[in-house]
Amino acid sequence: MSEVYHLTTPLTEDVTRKLKAGDIVYLSGTIYTARDAAHKRLVDLIEAGKELPFDLKGSVIYFVGPTPPKPGEPIGSAGPTTSYRMDSYSPTLLKHGSKGMIGKGKRNQAVKDACKEYGGIYFGATGGAGALLGKQIKSAEVIAYPELGPEAIRKLEVEEFPVTVINDTYGNDLYQMGREQYEVK
Amino acid sequence: MREIAYEDIVKHVRDIIMYSATHLPEDALNALKEAYENEKSPVSKEVLKQLLENAEIASSESRPLCQDTGLAVFFVKLGADVKIVGGLLKDAINEGTEQGYKDGYLRASTCTPFSRENLKDTVGYNLPAIIHLDIVEGDKIEIEYAAKGGGSENVSRARVFPPAAGKEGVIEFVKECISDAGPNPCPPITVGVGIGGTFEKAAISSKHALFRDIGSKNDDPEMAELEEVIKTEINKLGIGSMGMGGTETALAVHIEANPCHIASLPVSVNVQCHSSRHTHITI
Repeated sequence: MSEVYHLTTPLTEDVTRKLKAGDIVYLSGTIYTARDAAHKRLVDLIEAGKELPFDLKGSVIYFVGPTPPKPGEPIGSAGPTTSYRMDSYSPTLLKHGSKGMIGKGKRNQAVKDACKEYGGIYFGATGGAGALLGKQIKSAEVIAYPELGPEAIRKLEVEEFPVTVINDTYGNDLYQMGREQYEVK
Repeated sequence: MREIAYEDIVKHVRDIIMYSATHLPEDALNALKEAYENEKSPVSKEVLKQLLENAEIASSESRPLCQDTGLAVFFVKLGADVKIVGGLLKDAINEGTEQGYKDGYLRASTCTPFSRENLKDTVGYNLPAIIHLDIVEGDKIEIEYAAKGGGSENVSRARVFPPAAGKEGVIEFVKECISDAGPNPCPPITVGVGIGGTFEKAAISSKHALFRDIGSKNDDPEMAELEEVIKTEINKLGIGSMGMGGTETALAVHIEANPCHIASLPVSVNVQCHSSRHTHITI
């Protein structure tokens, strides 16, 4: 049966290794946003041996390109984007210490393998629930690549941000498990 | 001739864009409620509950339903007896789009195909809009609008079959498309199916089919029946809300069929996520 956890970032491997596909997690603390273009830049920096705009160790990266904030608000609507576009970059980030990703949709085998090897978790947030999820973000600050607009890297402070474990460190995949349970052959 | 001011069109377009981004239309809301009632999987039920809460927050606090506020897609029927004063129809729609996306604090999501440079400061904020124009009888302008997100667009497909593929071929093609897409297009989805016409006619019809109210019946009994058959087949896949597994994957299947060439059976599948932001107005 699935468990419910309330976790604070950065995540450590002894915590991520406890999580199982289907568990519900409420995340609090700092998380970082990055989409396609930012991922490419991060991986380029790693390959060039240069310093990154934030510490990857234990980090959780949220695949999101929010709407612009209204005056007086930290951020606009901020639900997850489809994750497969980050598949070619995520294993490198996991290898260098990142422990979590938040997105929606399927990941490839290389990402699932990297989760097993490096103790990373792929969390799913509800796509299209941008208004609801945006409210769990208490502050947002662009820390790199402002020229990328919605795709800039933002440092977010979140409180009880609701996610579900899709891929755990044991190779389980909630999308496969859930579908097998309800498929009518 | 009836005269309609360019500025009036701009204002109408701006208003429907801002309203649609924060208010899920009643047909989509009712379809989600029905899916919530029928869903057997507790995990998918929880997702549907979040989506209903999200719709409530979005409308009461004027927050965009989804951060992907889409590309602006229009189907416009221009009455032949209308004279637009002060500019071109296409320019008015684009100007209204830019104003709506800016004033509504919506996301600018248009970019160049390869360099991926955002067009907001060059072409315009979330421009260009995608505009399908038809000229009809009368002295009115009918505008159908939808904000089309990328996630569901990315799983859409078109193919021209030989006529022998028949209904079975169409059912199999749609099923395969949705099965492969799995969680990616943000289910529960509406599936637009364009059948017949030419290659591009099928694709445009599959898009236009998504503008129909969810839950409405096809006028053609044969197509209405086929819609139900395909919906049942999709729901057997077990994908569920956000792909978490479940019994409710398709809220509806909408077919738009056209006459076609004796040699071809074009089929196009265009997928709409659960955030079906569509509306229409008549000026």
